[in-house]
Amino acid sequence: MASETPVPAPPLTPFIRTTADGAHYLAGCRCTACGEIFVGERRVCAACCARGGLEAVRLADTGRVYAFTIVERSFPGVKTPFVDVTVDLDDGAHIKGTLEGVEPSLEGVRFDMPVRLAWREATPVNTPGKAYLTYLFLPA
Amino acid sequence: MSDVYIVGVDMIKFGRFPDRTVPDLAAEAALMALDDACLGLKDMQALFSGNLGQASGMVGQRMLAEIGQTGIPVTNVANACATGATAFRDGWMSIKAGVYDLVLAVGVEQMGKGLLGGGGGVSTEGLIGSGTMPAMFAQIGMEHTRRYGTTFAQFAKVSVKNHHHSTMNPKSMYQVETPLEQVMGSEMIAYPNTKLMCSVNVDGSAAAVLASEAAVRRLGLMDRAVKIRASVMSSNPFEERQMAMPDFSGATRLAAGWAYEQAGVGPGDIDLVELHDCFATAELVHYENLGLCADGEAGRLIDEGVTTLGGRTPVNVSGGLLSKGHPLGATGIANIYEVATHLRGAAGARQVEGARLGLTHVVGGGPGMGTACAIHILEKA
Repeated sequence: MASETPVPAPPLTPFIRTTADGAHYLAGCRCTACGEIFVGERRVCAACCARGGLEAVRLADTGRVYAFTIVERSFPGVKTPFVDVTVDLDDGAHIKGTLEGVEPSLEGVRFDMPVRLAWREATPVNTPGKAYLTYLFLPA
Repeated sequence: MSDVYIVGVDMIKFGRFPDRTVPDLAAEAALMALDDACLGLKDMQALFSGNLGQASGMVGQRMLAEIGQTGIPVTNVANACATGATAFRDGWMSIKAGVYDLVLAVGVEQMGKGLLGGGGGVSTEGLIGSGTMPAMFAQIGMEHTRRYGTTFAQFAKVSVKNHHHSTMNPKSMYQVETPLEQVMGSEMIAYPNTKLMCSVNVDGSAAAVLASEAAVRRLGLMDRAVKIRASVMSSNPFEERQMAMPDFSGATRLAAGWAYEQAGVGPGDIDLVELHDCFATAELVHYENLGLCADGEAGRLIDEGVTTLGGRTPVNVSGGLLSKGHPLGATGIANIYEVATHLRGAAGARQVEGARLGLTHVVGGGPGMGTACAIHILEKA
């Protein structure tokens, strides 16, 4: 019944990309007019309104924790506690994520803590039995 | 351009009314506001109706079906937590433009219980951080902590204050004191926001009758009129972390600057403020965004009681969203009701003595959605 060839899990968000040799990365873009760097692709710069000058970039896979919270209560079915972080990537992009590999408590996380990107397949709370490829952060 | 006045304004007591309908809740506030103005629906030339949960449901027309179908134009608006204020401001603009003399604005919401936030599609919750509103505003508080060392206790004091204020407001959902230990000791939702530091999901409605100066004089309503000195809106200007961490400060700072300019006053002239305390963390951030203190001084402001009733600039004497409740589409007009009531000297036990100028602020949005902000400055006529 089951296929012998494993089907790769689809990306959880559109900016998660996989290269031909199976490496994952976060896709971003940089405005050639003002230098602003964005997560994901876009045609017009939200910062300076320049059109067409956005070049695709592969985002950095290291950064630092800018802000965080320990989520103790979430939507029904979501396992808590977990650490919700805003990360300043080393190339100037900013991205939200879950930080693992630390105690999910105020003692486990600190501002400016160095973190690195990691990858896993995980099952969203509203798609039982169906896994997606997603990123997470680990202490660097 | 004519000055625009509020001649009637009211709100229902916020609560949970699962057996009623959205148009029915709206109708109650609309009739109360008309009664407050000693006017009837037949005097109204247009209706501006704000609701979020049934944004495609023609709530304004359904409300008129309950209280009188005079055929007036209806504009239904949805704009996150600024929905009610947006409807109000659309009414203000229509009079400013000289199109109408007398219009009705209503805001209404019927809410479920539980966490707000997230979106449609495959859930990223827990896998890519959190999209709940409490987590979002927790991070906004933590950013303030990062910059200025603001403490858990300082954020919690906002909730102590606003719950205290609500004990004097019969229209508030809750009227109970919550001492600091209770606020800090209640269920942690997302640090530093405990359950008592999250606004209350309630059902509610509020409405206002707006009039041109000529109409106020013709109808002899100047004795109950409240002058709209400023009515402004903004959206979120670009902020580098906006996709990771929704930004409510940029829009609030823009709108505040424009509002003070339009009214020709400064923050020091304002006698009371109703601001968007959707979470305790938000209130402190908005003290600075609205210019009530310098950047970094919000913690000191709450510590010193400056924003408590009796202080220099009382904030959220209604009980705020934290205790009065936050029916999304109604909140923007309910805040206007509160300030107008103080300017009329009719706020009872929670009256801000001698109030002459007041400011209302609402700001809403969500992850990946953007921000809507509205600020009004009102003056005793």
